[in-house]
Amino acid sequence: MAPIITMERVRKSYGPILVLPGLDLNVAPGQRVVICGPSGSGKSTAIACINGLVPHDAGRIVVDGIALDHARGTAPDVRRMVGMVFQQFNLFPHLTVLENCTVGPITVQRRSRREAEAEAMALLERVRIPDQAAKYPAQLSGGQQQRVAIARALAMRPRIMLFDEPTSALDPEMVTEVLDAMVALADTGITMVVVTHEMGFARQVAHRILYMDRGEILQDSPPEDFFANPADARVQSFLDHVRRGEGPA
Amino acid sequence: MTLVMRRWTGGLFDTIPNAIVSLALLWLAAQAGGAFWDWAVTRANFDATTAEACARTGGACWAFIADRWRLILFGTYPYTQQWRPALALALFIALIVVSATPASWRSRPRRRLLGLAWLLTMPLLGALMWGGVAGLPPVPSRLWGGLPLTVMLASVGVGVAFVLALLLALGRVSDMPVIRVLCLFYIEFFRGVPLIALLFLAAILFPYLVPPDWTMDTLLRAQLAFALFFAAYMAEAIRGGLQAIPQGQYLAADSLGMGYWQARRKIILPQALRTVIPSLVNIFIAAFKDTSLVVVISMLDLLGAANASTAEAKWWGLYIEPYLFIAAIYLVFCAAMSAYSRGLERRLGVGVR
Repeated sequence: MAPIITMERVRKSYGPILVLPGLDLNVAPGQRVVICGPSGSGKSTAIACINGLVPHDAGRIVVDGIALDHARGTAPDVRRMVGMVFQQFNLFPHLTVLENCTVGPITVQRRSRREAEAEAMALLERVRIPDQAAKYPAQLSGGQQQRVAIARALAMRPRIMLFDEPTSALDPEMVTEVLDAMVALADTGITMVVVTHEMGFARQVAHRILYMDRGEILQDSPPEDFFANPADARVQSFLDHVRRGEGPA
Repeated sequence: MTLVMRRWTGGLFDTIPNAIVSLALLWLAAQAGGAFWDWAVTRANFDATTAEACARTGGACWAFIADRWRLILFGTYPYTQQWRPALALALFIALIVVSATPASWRSRPRRRLLGLAWLLTMPLLGALMWGGVAGLPPVPSRLWGGLPLTVMLASVGVGVAFVLALLLALGRVSDMPVIRVLCLFYIEFFRGVPLIALLFLAAILFPYLVPPDWTMDTLLRAQLAFALFFAAYMAEAIRGGLQAIPQGQYLAADSLGMGYWQARRKIILPQALRTVIPSLVNIFIAAFKDTSLVVVISMLDLLGAANASTAEAKWWGLYIEPYLFIAAIYLVFCAAMSAYSRGLERRLGVGVR
């Protein structure tokens, strides 16, 4: 099957710092990819390139048949098919939970308020916080906020969901509720690219686990292989860290 | 009861030195207050017909205000026609009050109705003020004055300035260098020139700068100068609010596929404006009071009209009363603006992180 995400020799630097020297990555429709690796390895930059939040310097990115071209302004077209969940939630603090989930559909997709609200309520139901719909983000716990962020992204009916360290900013007791929502989402068969260090989650839902270091993919294999046959000493040491429960530096 | 008192007097009487200072200040305040009461009420004169007669009681001469209030409130607008600016002012203030009420915005039909009210009222106000229609004798704008002029200069000026300031503030933080530099120049120019100089330029220099067949009402030119001037200040205040917005908000708006204006309208500006309400209201109040500077281009706003009212022979030598009178009017308007902004802050405070 033709890939839904194609990245070819994608290059990105921030000033003098080269983050991605030339990344190649294909994701098939319905595939769930987990990316892990030490901080500063370019994982977050890589997924932010997919929906153009970080403009790439060179190389080719095609998402669902649309070539991402910042000069030609195709980024908004790509973004409408790609939902994104951030480490810091980034909910809109001046809008209620429900409005957070309807502002995109109503403003960008010009859907009717009534229809957008009905769908948003169904999504909040799915992430198990329909009773918080009238509250403001500041009145919610971190785990609840992140689940709203998932619902907000899904409200745009995306074909692909990107997660950038969705549980890293959460207190430990709230990690599970967010991971549960993500596992439930995985069951729907949507394409997912997830940057995370939650190896239990990766083992449970991923089709492929990627290990990135210094902007390069050192290993790309199914979970069984990933844990059984680390391709590189760095992957081995990363796994040892994770197994010891400390997480990588 | 004592608890309530303690809350209000907290720290004023807790030690002996504090108590001494507090009592001394209270005594001074009582003295000053008593003297003012004596002058303004006890010995005031409410019915004399000349300044001389007034002076006999040795107190405030409110009889002067009773005699001249229409000149102070309406300036040189023809005496028999002064019901027109009075009605126009009342309608305008009512419209502003209704527009400022949150309930008027709550639903789309109400917002439409509000827009319609503005569309219908503005020409009506113009017809009332200018006349020349429906049997109303025409009154040229150079005869307008007093409170209606002050309120109009301030609110139309602030309204136009606000829209301009939004664009300037966004331009000032734009990714496009040309726009950024243009907005910077605009802001630096209009902030760097005294308002009085701008008013002179608008009134005197403007006719030389444009083709001779271009005519523009002095009032309109002053109005424009106000708007351009205060736009620069408001733009900087709004820019401060824009800078307070975390990068994540822009990313989240972008990730939903919002375009530039969609993100500004729905996500960025609502948050930015909320944080700058206090400084915007500060500028609104300053603008309201600074309308008095149009005196320099011989327009009789509230202050100018009060000034003019002192020039009459039989009331010669009276200054304090008209200035106190208009000070009270300015104070009422500014206090109303402050109170409204406090309410707005409280109402919009929900959901602050």
